[in-house]
Amino acid sequence: MALFEKTAAELSKMLADKEISAVELAQDVFARTKAVEDKVQGYVTVAEESALAQAAEVDKKRAAGETLSALAGIPVAVKDNICTKGTLTTCASKMLYNFKPPYNATVVEKLAAHDVVMTGKANMDEFAMGSSCENSAAHPTHNPHGLNRVPGGSSGGSAAVVAAGEVPLALGSDTGGSIRQPASFCGVVGLKPTYGAVSRYGLIAFASSLDQIGPFGRSVEDVAMLLDAITGHDPMHDSTSVKTPFEGSTRANLNADIKGMKIGLPKEYFGAGISDAVRESVLAAAETYKSLGAEVFEISLPLVEYALPVYYILSSAEASSNLARFDGVKYGYRTPNAGDDLIALYTKSRSEGFGAEVQRRIMLGTYVLSSGYYDAYYKKARAAQRKIREEFANAFEKCDVILTPVAPTTAYEIGSKTTNPLEMYAGDICTVSVNIAGLPGLVQPCGFDADKMPIGMQLIGPRFGEQKLLDAGLAFEQASGLKNIIAAL
Amino acid sequence: MKYQAVIGLEVHAELSTKSKIYCSCSTSFGAPINTHTCPVCTGMPGALPVLNKQVVHYAAKMGLATGCTVNQLCKADRKNYFYPDLPKAYQISQFDVPICENGEVFFYVDGEKKSCRLERIHFEEDAGKLLHDEIDGTVVDFNRCGVPLIEMVTKPDLHSSAEAKEFLEMIKTTLSYLDICDCKMEEGSIRCDVNVSIRPEGSEEFGTRVEMKNINTFSGAVRAIDYEIARQIEVVENGGEIQQETRRWDDVKLKNTVMRTKEDAQDYRYFPDPDLIAVEISDEWMDQIKSEIPELPISRYERYLNEYGMTAMEARLLSDNFAKAELLDAAAKQVKPKAAANWILSDISKYLNDKGVELPDTKMTADKLVDLVKLIEAGTISGAAGKKVLPSMFETDETVEAIVERMGLKQVSDEGAILAIVQDVIAKNEKAVADFKAGKNVTGFLVGQCMKASKGQGNPQVINKLIAQELAKL
Repeated sequence: MALFEKTAAELSKMLADKEISAVELAQDVFARTKAVEDKVQGYVTVAEESALAQAAEVDKKRAAGETLSALAGIPVAVKDNICTKGTLTTCASKMLYNFKPPYNATVVEKLAAHDVVMTGKANMDEFAMGSSCENSAAHPTHNPHGLNRVPGGSSGGSAAVVAAGEVPLALGSDTGGSIRQPASFCGVVGLKPTYGAVSRYGLIAFASSLDQIGPFGRSVEDVAMLLDAITGHDPMHDSTSVKTPFEGSTRANLNADIKGMKIGLPKEYFGAGISDAVRESVLAAAETYKSLGAEVFEISLPLVEYALPVYYILSSAEASSNLARFDGVKYGYRTPNAGDDLIALYTKSRSEGFGAEVQRRIMLGTYVLSSGYYDAYYKKARAAQRKIREEFANAFEKCDVILTPVAPTTAYEIGSKTTNPLEMYAGDICTVSVNIAGLPGLVQPCGFDADKMPIGMQLIGPRFGEQKLLDAGLAFEQASGLKNIIAAL
Repeated sequence: MKYQAVIGLEVHAELSTKSKIYCSCSTSFGAPINTHTCPVCTGMPGALPVLNKQVVHYAAKMGLATGCTVNQLCKADRKNYFYPDLPKAYQISQFDVPICENGEVFFYVDGEKKSCRLERIHFEEDAGKLLHDEIDGTVVDFNRCGVPLIEMVTKPDLHSSAEAKEFLEMIKTTLSYLDICDCKMEEGSIRCDVNVSIRPEGSEEFGTRVEMKNINTFSGAVRAIDYEIARQIEVVENGGEIQQETRRWDDVKLKNTVMRTKEDAQDYRYFPDPDLIAVEISDEWMDQIKSEIPELPISRYERYLNEYGMTAMEARLLSDNFAKAELLDAAAKQVKPKAAANWILSDISKYLNDKGVELPDTKMTADKLVDLVKLIEAGTISGAAGKKVLPSMFETDETVEAIVERMGLKQVSDEGAILAIVQDVIAKNEKAVADFKAGKNVTGFLVGQCMKASKGQGNPQVINKLIAQELAKL
């Protein structure tokens, strides 16, 4: 078995036992990247040189007998909307084609403190807006399990490079499903943590109240390992960050014994619109849970049907304000066509720098915040959000976790939905409610469809329920054997 | 027809916190451009704000001092607009739930007590500054960006430029009493926008309002208001109509010009800033803020008039300066207020002016002032000697007695010692004696000679008395 095929946990042990060096590992994953990246195109920037230097540094520390983190020397890819000092951070947008941040995101600082080797910046839908990775100004990313298909989005690059064996771990961000849906499409494990569990400082904002950084890996244990490294209260930099009860301890506390765990199946998530293959696969997973001793029963979450419009109103409203700073004045793209006219500088820089989907969301968000429409849209959406939160809180009185599909279908063909934004938005139906309610959600593979494309399932937990999700995920992973799936390329 | 002006103000004051409102950059004025900046205050992608609690403290303090209700649960909102000095393209301000509401400020205009209600006080961040340069064109300095401000919005309760000026002076004095703003007008620490309308005298209805911006001094506010009232009256008298618009005041050309008409009114699309959490002021915190508020200027002014028997001018001069008022009130517990006030208004103020320092920067204390007054009252030193002692009182830690001793200023009141001097002076000044016998008044001359002979330490009253006594013997 080549190094690139191993999980982070396996590699961590090999590094600790000095069976391999961090440089050898880095060389192996970059060799894999060279072999497959032409087909996958999961990266916007590959940072081979700095990664090898970091790896050499880790080897030096280990040789000197320093006590190192379990992640020391492990390669990790970082989504291109997370600021890396001195390394291009483009958000896959022409608007930031040349942007090298003057500072590191908190998560990047944390990874550095764990001596992680950063392999590069992963592709995404521009400014994290999209569900297919097709809205990238760089290039589309291809699903490693079917190269003519999308990897999902917006963190499609992160999911694809993990699925392709280019890297064992990656960071993504999830505003309405942007970690979970690509994890599902690419057959890997992805976790969207509780809102506030991971600092957003340095994550280029799409919708501040919904955005959350989270880990990708090819096993539940690997995801727990990366989660442990990035969680933590960040009061000096992120006001919305919170202290969690599980900080840094989920991997150590993993427990696959889930006897008596109460698992709710919300009937609204299994209705029309969900493909038979997806429904059957997730219901089969429910049966597996029963056989493991869990109590599985149907529940109802009638308000989730409002989650999609609530999501598109709130996220677009916040995006319209968050993306206003890209005006061509201070950094990034500036139009050469404005002459001396300030207004032309703004409008042309923005019209030329932003892609169509981003412009659509900015227009939508500007509209719902406008005087005369605010009450009808934004205010009402916030009220509905409170109701949806209450509904989830009530559900968690009865069950420990909730099991649902992730997306209506498996990965679709590139170009098949780009002409109809509404159809694309509808694909987010199973994931957005988790962001609206600020809850954690774990996605992992539970089967394959007739075309051998991966099917994922979603476990939703209560606020700070990460440990329960990972325990339930591990139990299923062990029972199903669906772990460390690397696409044949 | 006679008209009444209706005036409302929006006053911005920079708070004197050490660091900015949403990052840890310094707020100090005058640094080289773009040196007090970081990813947060330059609006770098991904950077996030964290509220400086001192801002909340200061804003609530101003609210309590102006009779406002403090909203112990409030929030920050985004005000969205594009301008090169605003790096995020939104200003973090407060919209529907400001930190303070419904206050009232009292002040005197020509001896008459007036009041103006405050609609609200909210906190917000300042924008950067555009610097226009012939070589580089326009550049942006973000040093000021993120400096905390409070905006105080009045009800339209003011009716003349004089009232507006006195209101502004009272706001400034209150800010300095609370020690929350350095009140340096030349550095833009306090700025105001003015809303003016006119209506026929006796009418209850409001006329169409015109907003004026770019007013940098209180005297500028007076000129701008007087100009705008006159302009509006002229428009109406000529059968015209006032347009709702924003006009820019030019304090050099002494006129205003249209900046924005009602049609260009911006939609700021306010909404709660999702990067920030609700601001909660606990009861304990409120108690702490309340305990820091001293007796306010208007109350001291009235007390100085009524209890200390001062003139309006004296009471105003003393109550306007917190340190002087504190000095006076502490001294007045032990000596006559008038005596202490006279020293503060004359020689103490003169010293501070000459040296260009503020009272708290010196070593002057109320105890020293009390000692000085008592030594003069007891005749231990003369008033003139008191003036000589004063500089050392500001500059050293010595007691007043020690200074007097060191400078040899103790007054001689012993009649035996002074009699010898008087007799000696009379003996040595035959011409004066001759003049006296010829009916001329020579007392002044002889007192002067005696003072000189006693090196200034002779008690002039005793000398006077003894000269009269000795001359009578001739």
